[in-house]
Amino acid sequence: MILTIASREFRSLFLSPMAWTILAILQFILAFLFLTQVEAFTELQPKLASIEGAPGLTDIIVPPLFGNAGIILLLVTPLLTMRLICEERRNKTLSLLLSAPVSNIDIILGKYLGILGLMLLIIALITLMPLSLLSGAELDIGKLFANILGLLLLVTAFAAIGLFMSCIAGHPTVAAMGTFGMLLLLWILDWSVGMNDHRSELFEYLSILRHFQNIQSGLISTVDVSYFLLFTATFIALSIRSLDNDRLQK
Amino acid sequence: MTTLIEAEHLTRYYGKHCAVNDVSFTLAKGEVLGFLGANGAGKTTTMQMLCGNLAPSAGQIKINGFDLLDQPKAAKLSLGYLPDTPPLYKELTVQEFLLYCAQLHGIAKQSVTDAINQAKERCGLTDVADRLIANLSKGFQQRVGIAQAILHNPEVIVLDEPTVGLDPIQIREIRALIRELGQDHGIILSTHILTEVQESCTHVQIIDRGQLILNETIAGLNRQMDGGTLQIATRLAPDINSLLTIPGVSSIETIAANRIKIHHSVTTNPTEQIAERIIAAGWGLQELTPVTRTMEDIFISLTKEHREL
Repeated sequence: MILTIASREFRSLFLSPMAWTILAILQFILAFLFLTQVEAFTELQPKLASIEGAPGLTDIIVPPLFGNAGIILLLVTPLLTMRLICEERRNKTLSLLLSAPVSNIDIILGKYLGILGLMLLIIALITLMPLSLLSGAELDIGKLFANILGLLLLVTAFAAIGLFMSCIAGHPTVAAMGTFGMLLLLWILDWSVGMNDHRSELFEYLSILRHFQNIQSGLISTVDVSYFLLFTATFIALSIRSLDNDRLQK
Repeated sequence: MTTLIEAEHLTRYYGKHCAVNDVSFTLAKGEVLGFLGANGAGKTTTMQMLCGNLAPSAGQIKINGFDLLDQPKAAKLSLGYLPDTPPLYKELTVQEFLLYCAQLHGIAKQSVTDAINQAKERCGLTDVADRLIANLSKGFQQRVGIAQAILHNPEVIVLDEPTVGLDPIQIREIRALIRELGQDHGIILSTHILTEVQESCTHVQIIDRGQLILNETIAGLNRQMDGGTLQIATRLAPDINSLLTIPGVSSIETIAANRIKIHHSVTTNPTEQIAERIIAAGWGLQELTPVTRTMEDIFISLTKEHREL
C-alpha cells in the first residue's frame, strides 16, 4: 500500500513540468561546476605531482561537486516537498486517502518514499559525472561512495523536514518558506561555532553541515549516520502525528 | 438484516461550537438513508466522522461490525465515500485515477480491470476514460467521484450531495443507480433536495443544528404527509359540535364563517361520513379537499419546532 502511494506520487511529479525542469537545471549547473573542477585539476596537476601526499583527483573533484549539490538541493528540496500533503488538503483529495483502508503511517511513508525516489534519481545523475572520469583516470571509489552516502543521508533529512512542513502549513508557499528557513538555519548553525571561544557543543551537533562534511571526508562514523537517521525519523514521526491531528481538530 | 453502520451518541465540537450533538442511528443492508438538513446543520460533519476523516469528540461508530477507531483498516475496507468536493487528482486520466483507487482499496490484481469497467459503465464514464479529469465538465467529475466510491463494491456507500452539478437526465440516472445499489448495499446520502429523498431513499433523517429531529421510513413519512386534514367550504355555517361527534374527527378549526378545517386520525378516515352529514343537514357542501403536506412542509415545521424549543 505504501508503494502504491509512493509510485503515484513519483509518477505524478513527472506529469507536471516541475520535476523535468528541476532535473534539467540541476544537471546543467552541476555539470558546469564539475567541468570547472576538472579544469582546476588539470591546471594544478603539475604542481601536485611535486608535493608528497597531495590531494588526488577524487579529492579535488568529488567533495566540491557533492558539497555544491548539497547546497543546491537545500534550495530545491522545499520546492519539491511543499505540495506533498498541503496540496492534497487544499484540493480536498486527502479524504480519498483518509477514507481508504490505509493508515496514516502508510500515507506519510508513501509520500516520503515517492519524493525520495526523485531525490535518488538526482543523486544518480550527479554520480554519473565523476564516474565518467573512470574512462581515463582512476577514482578513489571508497571516497566517492562516502560522498554518495553523505548526500543521500542529507536529502533524506531534507525531504523529511519538507514533508513535515507540508503537513503543518496551509499553503504550499508557506511550506516551502518554512522548509527553506529551517534547512538554512540548520546549515549555518555551525558558523557561530568558530566565531568565539565558547564553542557550543549543542549547536555543533545540530548543524547539518558538520555531519555532512564529516561523511564527505570519507570518515563514516556512527555518530554522523545516526544523526541523519534520527533526524529523518523524528520528522517523519512528527508528520504522522500532524496528520493524525487533522482528524482530531480542524 | 445485517446492520452495516451503528453510530452511537456521536458528538463533535469545533472549538466551543457543537456541530453534531448526540446523534445515533443504524443502517442495515438494503436501506438507502437520506440525510436532510439545512446548510450548516451538521450533515457533512456526520459523514466525515462516519468515513474516518474526522474523529468524533464522543461516541462510537461501527462499520460492518468493525469499530472505526480500533480497527480502522477493516472498517474502511467496506466503505466507499464521496465527499462534498469529489477527491480527484486532476492531472490523471479517469482510467489512471480509478486504477489508483482500486489499488488503494486493495482490490485483487486479477479483478481490477473488471471492477474499473463495471464502475465506468455504471457511471457512464466509458467514453471519457482516457481524458484528463481536469478537462472534464463538473457533472462528469462528479460521476468520477461516484465511480470512485462504488469501485470496490463496498458494503457501505456514503455520498455527500451526489447529484450536485448534474443535469436533469444525469440526476435521473444517478438516482436510478442509487436505487439499484441500494438493493444489496447500505447507502447514506446527504442532500437538501427533498424530492431526491422521496425518490431514492427508504429512510429519512432530518438533522438540525447538530441534532437528529426525525428518523423515519419513507412509508412513515408518507403517512405523515397524508396529514389527516380536510378543508371544507359550505354555503351555510356548519354546526361544529355535530361534526365533532363523527368517529375519527379529532378537532375542528374555523378559518372563516363558512370554511373549516377538520383534523382527523390517520387510521380511520371519516371523509365519507362528514360529507354525508353535511349534505343531510343541508349546509350546502361546496368544497372538500384533503390537505396533504409536502415534504417541504414537514421539513420546515420540524426544523421550526426544533428551533423554538
